[in-house]
Amino acid sequence: MWNYSEKVKEHFFTPRNAKVVEEANAIGDVGSISCGDALRLTLKVNPDSEVIEDAGFQTFGCGSAIASSSALTEIIIGKSLEQAASISNQDIADYLDGLPPEKMHCSVMGMEALHAAIANYRGETFVDDHEEGELICKCFAIDDAMIKKVVAQNSLTTLEEVIHYTKAGGACTACHEKIEWVLEECIEDYQAAGASTEVAPKAPTSIVQKVKRVEEVLDQLRPQLQADGGDVQLSDIDDDMVFLTLTGACSGCGLSGATLAMIEQRLSEALGESITVYPVGGARIPEAGGVS
Amino acid sequence: MSLFNKTSYTSPLSGARLPDPIEGAYLDNNATTQVDPRVVDAMLPFLTSFYGNPSSIHQFGRPVGQAIETARQQVQGLIGAEFASEVVFTSCATEASTTAIMSAIEALPDRKEIITSKVEHPATLQLCEHLQRKGYTIHWIPVDKKGRIDMESYKAALSDQVAVVSMMWANNETGTLFPIRGMADLAKQHGVLFHTDAVQVAGKIPIQVANSGIDLLSLSGHKFHAPKGVGALYIRRGTKYRPLMRGGHQERGRRAGTENVSGIVALGAASELAMRSVQEDTARIAMLRDRLEHGLLARIPNAFVTGDASNRVPNTCNIAIEYIEGESVLLMLNQHGIAASSGSACTSGSLEPSHVMRAMDIPYTAAHGAIRFSLSRFTTDEMIDQVLAVLPDIVKQLRTMSPYWNETEGKPHEAEFAPVFA
Repeated sequence: MWNYSEKVKEHFFTPRNAKVVEEANAIGDVGSISCGDALRLTLKVNPDSEVIEDAGFQTFGCGSAIASSSALTEIIIGKSLEQAASISNQDIADYLDGLPPEKMHCSVMGMEALHAAIANYRGETFVDDHEEGELICKCFAIDDAMIKKVVAQNSLTTLEEVIHYTKAGGACTACHEKIEWVLEECIEDYQAAGASTEVAPKAPTSIVQKVKRVEEVLDQLRPQLQADGGDVQLSDIDDDMVFLTLTGACSGCGLSGATLAMIEQRLSEALGESITVYPVGGARIPEAGGVS
Repeated sequence: MSLFNKTSYTSPLSGARLPDPIEGAYLDNNATTQVDPRVVDAMLPFLTSFYGNPSSIHQFGRPVGQAIETARQQVQGLIGAEFASEVVFTSCATEASTTAIMSAIEALPDRKEIITSKVEHPATLQLCEHLQRKGYTIHWIPVDKKGRIDMESYKAALSDQVAVVSMMWANNETGTLFPIRGMADLAKQHGVLFHTDAVQVAGKIPIQVANSGIDLLSLSGHKFHAPKGVGALYIRRGTKYRPLMRGGHQERGRRAGTENVSGIVALGAASELAMRSVQEDTARIAMLRDRLEHGLLARIPNAFVTGDASNRVPNTCNIAIEYIEGESVLLMLNQHGIAASSGSACTSGSLEPSHVMRAMDIPYTAAHGAIRFSLSRFTTDEMIDQVLAVLPDIVKQLRTMSPYWNETEGKPHEAEFAPVFA
């Protein structure tokens, strides 16, 4: 059985706000019964101040899904929608004194329900970007579709590169054999599609070109980061130093060190010179190997 | 006979104290069983006085070697084998199954196909997936909604290209039995070697391998009151065989490595006990199981039995409960001192329900809510009462929390809840 924290157990056995909020004016529905977890979040938002006055959840799912839902309602009651919108799944996990890595997706579901409810309140449509593939890395919930996409986009060929780019296999290492199988398939695919026509990049001549090229690389990487609930902004460039701001789930993520290393590698390739990336503002860089 | 030792344990070396032993309704006997105290008594001397190496010629080794031969005869009796020498001791059933399949494909190198089912234990499933990547063609025989093997696909897959058939005798999740003897006879017509994973039947129902088409059979000690770490592989005399572990003459060269003597003695004792009492145990356990099952179905709406209720091992009951998730149920049962198991995704850390539930095409509303209760000779009436007393309320509590269920009306309301991604 899982090694749940006392806080998780407490929120599971005595959940807070397990109810439907009466006269709710924001509803967020996410999940599905076939996936094994689903959550309906109902909120009562004060239309003048946009403060969440009450929140309730209904959850179908495992112990940590119920605990994450309960924690979410406790966190957001009394916050304005704007404050609530910046809450990440890590905040939910932290509130519960952590979740087992395989259960982090439960906190993601909480965050998504919140985003869906906020979109519902504002009359917008919540766009879900879930891809349904075979789950490969259980620790970071990464499926084969995601790995294939990144492998194809970046012409990856080794296991180490896949770990670097996707985080898959970066924690417990149990899925390394499976990642190699996915890689084999991808390599067969692009061998069948013919040799790629890659040209070595030329060094940019002006600073404008340089900024443009850095932005292009960041745009390519952005979907990956956003899939994890994070993002990156270019802050400044000085000679071979690129200053970046990691935001959302990326800031404070235990793997932001690995993310920066990956960005650094891609920028160096694109600019044809050795680039050093410096994080600015907020982003904490953990000790090497420190998966928190 | 004391069934349960209530003293707490402290490690004499590190001083580390183990938590107090748990007394409760242990209904997870398909995962593992309590070691029978009579088995413990039988094995203890081989951890203390009789420590010699059974291969040694001197007086320290001799009684140890003899004890192994006695155990071999006891296992022979349990499975109804013609000769004791057909039994080879292994470290577990996974080793036995792996040895059986690898031996068969090495012994018949010109045959590049394997037949197995979609509901096998991971030990077989993942080995076959591995062999598929190495170039073998695997025929994955499907099952129907009740978990019964599709005999037509099985017959169609058999040919003289097939090296080995590996089929479980009883399914670990549902207890459903496959018609192993008939399937083995069909395999013989094509000269195919037949292996059965008998882990969930050994000690639970009487079995007889002599005069059957079964060439290889795997079993595990800890599923019937021996300790973990010992299993056996039956190899019918005359079967082409290649060892998996090489490097010693133990087990007549069929399984190298110094014997786990105390474990083997324990497996022998457990086999002897099972053989003596299998008839009466089976009747009593089946009665308890049926009382549990009928009681739960009567008290919980939208629940049903998975697997083939009319043809399964007597100790297993797998109930699928709609609109709730298995792990939540297990956590709450655990609060009440009840141990059960679930094929739900969240228990295993994957996002999909178990391959057995998927192979049976269990409706998606129930696949995550399948709870398995598995009984043993130590299961009591009180344990069944306990489950019947608490589970209906647990289900009610979780359903009240579920967006898919309307507790006031006592029925699902899926139509009113259609989340963003489905």
